[in-house]
This record gives sequence, C-alpha cells and structure tokens, in this order.
Amino acid sequence: MPQVTLTVNGRQHTVDVEGRTLLVELLREKLGLTGTHVGCDTSQCGACVVHVNGESVKSCTMLALQADGDSVTTIEGLAAADGTLHPMQEMFREHHALQCGFCTPGMVMTAIDLVNAHPSGLTEKEIREGLEGNLCRCTGYHNIVKAIAAAHPLMHAKAAE
Amino acid sequence: MGFEGIGASVRRREDVRFLSGKGNYTDDINRPGQLYAFIVRADRPHARIDGIDTAEAEKAPGVVRVFTGADMAAENLGGLPCGWQIHNQDGSPMAEPPHPVLAVGKVRHVGDPVAVVIAETRQEAKNAAELIEIRYTDLPAVASLTDAVAAGAPEVHDGVAGNICYDWVIGDKATVDAVFAKADRVVKLELTNNRLIPNAMEPRAAIGDFDTSSGDFTLYTTSQNPHVIRLLMGAFVLHIPENKLRVVAPDVGGGFGSKIYHYAEEAIVTWAAGKVRRPVKWTAERSESFMSDAHGRDHVSTAEMALDKEGHFLGLRITTLANMGAYLSTFAPCVPTYLYATLLAGVYKTPVIYCNVKAVFTNTVPVDAYRGAGRPEATYLLERLVDVIAHDTGIDKVELRRKNFIPADAFPYQTPVALQYDSGDYQTTLKVALANADWNGFEARRAEAKARGKLRGIGISTYLEACGIAPSAVVGSLGARAGLYEVANIRVHPTGSVTVFTGTHSHGQGHETTLAQLVVDQLGVPLSQVEVVHGDTAKIPFGMGTYGSRSLAVGGSAMVKAMDKIIAKGKKIAAHLMEASVQDIEFKDGSFRVAGTDKAKALHEISLAAYVPHNYPIEELEPGLDETAFYDPKNFTFPGGCHIAEVEIDPETGVVEMVNFTAVDDVGRVVNPMIVEGQVQGGVAQGIGQALLESALYDPHGQLLSGSYMDYTMPRANDIPAMSVATENTMCTHNPLGSKGCGEVGAIGSPPAVINAVVDALKDHGVRHLDMPATAPKLWSIIQAAQPRLAAE
Repeated sequence: MPQVTLTVNGRQHTVDVEGRTLLVELLREKLGLTGTHVGCDTSQCGACVVHVNGESVKSCTMLALQADGDSVTTIEGLAAADGTLHPMQEMFREHHALQCGFCTPGMVMTAIDLVNAHPSGLTEKEIREGLEGNLCRCTGYHNIVKAIAAAHPLMHAKAAE
Repeated sequence: MGFEGIGASVRRREDVRFLSGKGNYTDDINRPGQLYAFIVRADRPHARIDGIDTAEAEKAPGVVRVFTGADMAAENLGGLPCGWQIHNQDGSPMAEPPHPVLAVGKVRHVGDPVAVVIAETRQEAKNAAELIEIRYTDLPAVASLTDAVAAGAPEVHDGVAGNICYDWVIGDKATVDAVFAKADRVVKLELTNNRLIPNAMEPRAAIGDFDTSSGDFTLYTTSQNPHVIRLLMGAFVLHIPENKLRVVAPDVGGGFGSKIYHYAEEAIVTWAAGKVRRPVKWTAERSESFMSDAHGRDHVSTAEMALDKEGHFLGLRITTLANMGAYLSTFAPCVPTYLYATLLAGVYKTPVIYCNVKAVFTNTVPVDAYRGAGRPEATYLLERLVDVIAHDTGIDKVELRRKNFIPADAFPYQTPVALQYDSGDYQTTLKVALANADWNGFEARRAEAKARGKLRGIGISTYLEACGIAPSAVVGSLGARAGLYEVANIRVHPTGSVTVFTGTHSHGQGHETTLAQLVVDQLGVPLSQVEVVHGDTAKIPFGMGTYGSRSLAVGGSAMVKAMDKIIAKGKKIAAHLMEASVQDIEFKDGSFRVAGTDKAKALHEISLAAYVPHNYPIEELEPGLDETAFYDPKNFTFPGGCHIAEVEIDPETGVVEMVNFTAVDDVGRVVNPMIVEGQVQGGVAQGIGQALLESALYDPHGQLLSGSYMDYTMPRANDIPAMSVATENTMCTHNPLGSKGCGEVGAIGSPPAVINAVVDALKDHGVRHLDMPATAPKLWSIIQAAQPRLAAE
C-alpha cells in the first residue's frame, strides 16, 4: 500500500493509504480528526474544507496521496494551545453564525481563506459570493456574513502586529 | 456574571465544541471491531423481485454477511410502523400497507432498500454490493398525484384501490355549499405545493452495537427523538424490550423533521449487529439521502373563497391531494390533515370551512413532516388565495387582510376547524411589519427599479401556525398512537450545581444554552453551574423529542414543573433548618427566606442538607434533591405574524433577486432573542428556497431527477438577502412560560410572501398566479410570452 507523508496541524504523519483514499478519509478515519465533515458526494457542500498549504481546499476532492509533503490545517488546528479561539471562530460564536454545527468547520476554513485573500476589505456581496462553495441549511447565512465581516478587521489587525 | 436569565442573548455554550471540531456526530463515533454496512437500493420505481443472488458478494474480500428481506422475514420481524391513523369520511380506517425494512416481493420507489452487505471496511462493502444480482420484472409506476388518482393508474400496493390511503374531511359540506350558493362572489385558485427534500447538512447515520456478554443493544443514530425510536424499533420491529435497548442521538447536524422518523437503516444495523455479534455502522452518502430521507410537502389543491360585496370572507372550500410516497412514514398521515386542514382559518374569521383531503400512494420516497409540516401548505394556500382575491376584486391586499382578521379582543377564539387560539394580535404584527418594510415607500422603489430595467414587486403574508404539540388526549382522539407530553429531570447536586435531563433533543436549536437559562431564572443558579443533558435513553427518564417547535413550550414547561417540585421540597428542608413553618418560607433569587426576617439559606445549603441529611426531617422527607416532571400541554400554541418580501426580476434572464425580507413574528415569551432571530432567519431561508429554487422532481415513471446537489437547488449565501427580523409578542396563556415556539415560523410565513412579491412584480404581464419554485426559466418564459401584448399597449 502506498504511503503519504504530510503535516497536519503542525504534526508530521506518515500513513499507509489506498490509492483511492480521499484526503478527508485520511483525516477522519486514519488520523481521527473528525472535525472535518462530509456532507455530500458531489463536492458541492463545502463541509470538508481544510487548508492545504494555507489555501482552502475541499478535502473530498483531493486524494490523500496528492497531499504528500503538504501542510494541512483542519478546524482542530485553529485555536491556540491554551484554547484561545481564532478570531474567525470567536466571531462565529459572537454573532451566532452556527446552529447545528455541521457545516461550521468548512464554513470557518473557507471564511478564513476568504478574509486572508482580501486584506483591503470585503463587501457583503463579496462575502456572499465567497461562500458560494459552502452550504448551510440552518442559519440562512445572515449571521455567517456578519461574523465574517466582523472577523476581517480583527484578523488583519492581528496580521499587522 | 451579566444577566443570564430569560430574555438574555447569552452566547451559546455548545459553540466552542462545534467551532473547534469537537462535535460528536454519529459518523464521528467508532466502536471497537466495527463493521460497515452498505445498502443496495432499488434503482427503479416499481418492480417485482424475481430473485436475489448474493453468492458472489458473500465470497468477496472483507465481506462478513449479506442480508436480504427474506432473512428478516424468516425471523418474523415487524415492518416499519406508522404512528398516526386517520379515518376516512365513511368512518373506516386508512389503508396501511406493510412497510418491510428490506423489500420483500416488490420494490416501490427508487431507493427502496433491498439488501445489505456487512464488511470489514466501507469500501469492501461497497465493492461487494456491486456483485449482488437482483432479477426484477419492471411494473408500471406512478409518481405524480394526478397520475396516481387517474382511472386505471397502476396500483402501488395490491388492494389499495385507486392508490387512496385515505379520503378525509373536516367541516360540513352542505353548510359550506349553502354559503357559496348565496355568496356575492366566489374566487377560485388551483395551486401546487412543491415537493421538497429537507437536506439537513449531516447525512443520516446509524451504528448498531451488541454487547455479547449482556445481550444489550445500543443504537447510535441521527435522531430528533431517541426515545421514540427505542419504542418504535424495539416494540414493533425488532422485539427488543426497553431494558435491553439503548438509543443514543449524539450531536445531530440538523433535522428539520427528516430525523424524526424511524428509518429502515436503524433497524438494519441494530439487527445485523446482533447477528454478526459486532458493531455495524452505516452512513448515508448524500445521493442516498436524496432517495431515502422522507421528503416534504407535495400537495395539489383547489381552493375557493365565498365573499360578500365588501370582501368579507364568508366560507372556504378546499380539496387537496397529498402525496404519501410509496409507504407511510412515521407521522405522514397527520401532516395533510391535523397539521394542515385545521390551520385553514389562519388569522381570519372565516365562519365556515370545508376541506377534503385525499392522501395518495405513489412510487416515490415517503413524504412526511418537513419544517412546518402541513402549516406551510395551509399558509401558502390561504395567503396566495387572499392575494388572488385582492387581484380579482381590486380590494387593496393589506386592507382585505385587515378587514378579515380575528380581532385582538376575540381570544380565546374558536375556529370552525377544531382549533381554539389562545392569544395573538395580528393587527400589531402587520402594522410593525409594514413600517419595518417601508411598505408605503415601495412604489417609489418600484419606479426606481423600472428606470434600471428591473421589475420590482412586494408581497405580504399574514400567517398563523399551531405548534407546541400537543395535548395527548386530543391527539389520541385524532389518531395519534403516542402521547405528546415532554419530560424533564432536574438534579440539584450536593454543592448546588444543576444538571437538566431533558427529553427534547437539540440539533441546532441551542437547548444547552436556552434550557440552562430557564434554570438561571427559576432557581437562581449561575449559568456556569448548569448542565443540560439530552439524547440518550440511558440517561433521560423519557422523552418525545424535538419537532413541531415544541421544545420550549412543552419541554421547557416540564422543566418549570420539575423546578417547582425542587422548590417545594427545598422549602420543607429550609423550614426544618431555620425552625420556621413551611408556609413562611419564600424562595427568591436562589435563596430560601423566612418571610419578614433576615434568616435565609442558599439553594446550595439546602441541597447539601438534602444529600448529607444529618440535621434533616428524615421522618417526613426523603434525602436528595432530584425531581422529574411530565408536562402534557393543555392546548397547542399559536405563533403568527407578518412576513414581507421584496424582489427584483431581471426581465432579460428571469432571475429573481431577493432584495428585502422583513419578518415580524409573535412567538410568545422569548428566552434568548439571539437564538430566536437565528431560528427565524434559518426558517425564512428555507422558505425562500421553496419559493424560488427547490423542487424534488420525478420523471413520469418515477425516476428521481433531482438526486444530488448538482440537480436540487439549495439556497446559497448569495440567494438569500440580509433580513430584518423582529418580534411583537403576546403570551401563550396556557403554559407556565408563555412561550409559543419559533422554529418553524420562518418556513411557514415566507413562501407566500415571496410568491406574492413575484406575482406583484409581474402584474403588468398578466400573471394572476404561478406555482413554486419561481425559477428563472419559468419567469423568463412568462415575461417573453407577455412581450408582444405589452409592446402593443
């Protein structure tokens, strides 16, 4: 069986995988990182979004072997070691941007990449368009959009420090 | 510690878990030695099974066992039960054909489970499933309501003539016909309510576990009501007594009704775990969800209103065909009857109403309650009909509503369709919504949009619903095979911290926060010392679960009753400790006081005495401070309100942009305003989805055409506008909290508001009505067809 070596949330792992194993299967089933979810089978829902080398990727759309040598961050890797939440996590909580929590990990990972990619600011329309690849059935998106808008200045202020 | 009690927008306590990837959903759970189930499903809508050859599959790598319907039938297991029996208008019971867990003899819808492969890995199970050979003889199939009731239509079930499950009426036809005969005017509307697929973001999953030493079964499942599943599966399907069956519904990723029902897969994994003596896990792929989760809505109706010259509603006459799908799901029969026709008075004082509902079997996935369940269908019908009356009579649509409202001083109000409303103020919710939406400024916005080449429209819906279900004796008399009370156990621990064990289940509603706020309010305990436990039959005394916006109105009321008992017992202990009479003890802000003195004992001192009963009235009182209450509601609750939608249509493409949405709802007492707003926003988004985007489509022969997110249009962030959400509340008069429920109002009030806005935008295009969803191609065709006429004018 082929092997893949990758760094996940700062820790290096070498894992035996089948050729057809998806990155999300590696994370959930081999590494026990069940925060990344699977909500569909057509790469439409975005519940499985993680960061690969800092960019958001639907982990159901990437083979585990393609991640060889990559650095992957999942929802479990966002908060500081002392439990301090990432500003995006904190703003999702502050603005009630989650209900059942199932889409939330993918939504947060997408949102962070969206904010990182737009340092000069994001309009409401840009945020809504930026969430095109993520489905939420609970919130009606209203509070997710608010949370991302609120996280933007916090994240960029932090980056400027 | 800021204010944390009733009325505070406390940030949710469950959020850190969900935001950190520490949620514990069913598919996140893995049991030692676990096997995987893959279910082979019918790929055709209606066929006789001539044979199933599993030999090759059983020899495939990793395969442990393969089961078919014959294996289950050999053990005399039951079929999936239906929890509600409706009677026909002639008094006979509805048709209730068997619903085998795995198909026996025939398959009746695409997705009907036929066989299950149990293997060491998910992939091995899936690979082996490919090797199962099923020989079918295809049979003619029906998918649509009109096809299913046509003369000579294929029969979904042998012996169910004309595919009619039941033919039910409410109201007196002769009385209503007489009103119509004398009316000044009758306005008629034919409409459909489109079939939807609930699409909770977490696909269903189930793990059966069998303890080989004790013989105990555990089922982990994506359920809104684990005790109901234990009862239905244990008693009716697998014949496992409650003491040997534990059902755990851990974190559940959304339900919207679709996770109420007892599904085949739950029985399959539990039964199979006992057979192979190892845990068995099944997780739906999304394409399986589309063809196995209960669908929602799917009505075809004709509605007529009798009117006098001034536009007063004199009588309402309705016939409805309701799709049941191929089998009766757990609560399906009550949805188009007692959750639909009893709501047809709405917010109006229509004096007489007659409704005939025929429930129809088709070769489609079973249909059951989906967010709102019957009430969205009733609201859509009424609020479209009212707008069409305004269109046909020329009466202003707001004025028409106002003049027919049940007045605020008429409560309690007995409707002609069984329900008695306890409270409401429809003029106020209307007035506030009109102001919040700047209704009077609309024509200027329409003109401004026209200058940009856009067609702008505004639509209103004034609605009411019934939730907080339900009084057990009442629903029992209407055919429910269950009671609909709720259960709470309040455990005050020795040092005064509190654990709440609730029979309700949270799958997004935030109960871990709101239910704890009730404890803060009533017992004066800080939020940090309250824990809420739900979703495990081994921990909770009993429960009917969460659906029908019942958790606070019914489950919260059970908590109030249990805390009343805690306080009553605490007073006796306090009286003993402070050497006072029980009648003189007052409980306030977490302390028991002797009235008129400065003598007081805090709750934690009383609880310590209860668990360390050295100085204690042990002759009269048991130790401990732990009380359980069952609360059976006295009536339904009746949330209502006004929703206003504003849309712009691009005539070049037919695309509808939702530009504004305003909701003003009456949900009774609000415990956490932030959570109420979130519930309304989410419900409205589902309503907008139904109105503009979503539709579960079958071809005429029963193939599911909308079987993935590539084909079934889910609302995305840029389909939904920023919303203005507010409440104007009157209190429920018959439960101790005054709360009515807020989970479904958004999905109930919004679809007619959106369609009324679309029709308003197209009022110059000769549109009186159009069916949901108002998709771009549909609107583009309407606009194109009207162009020559408009150009000529």
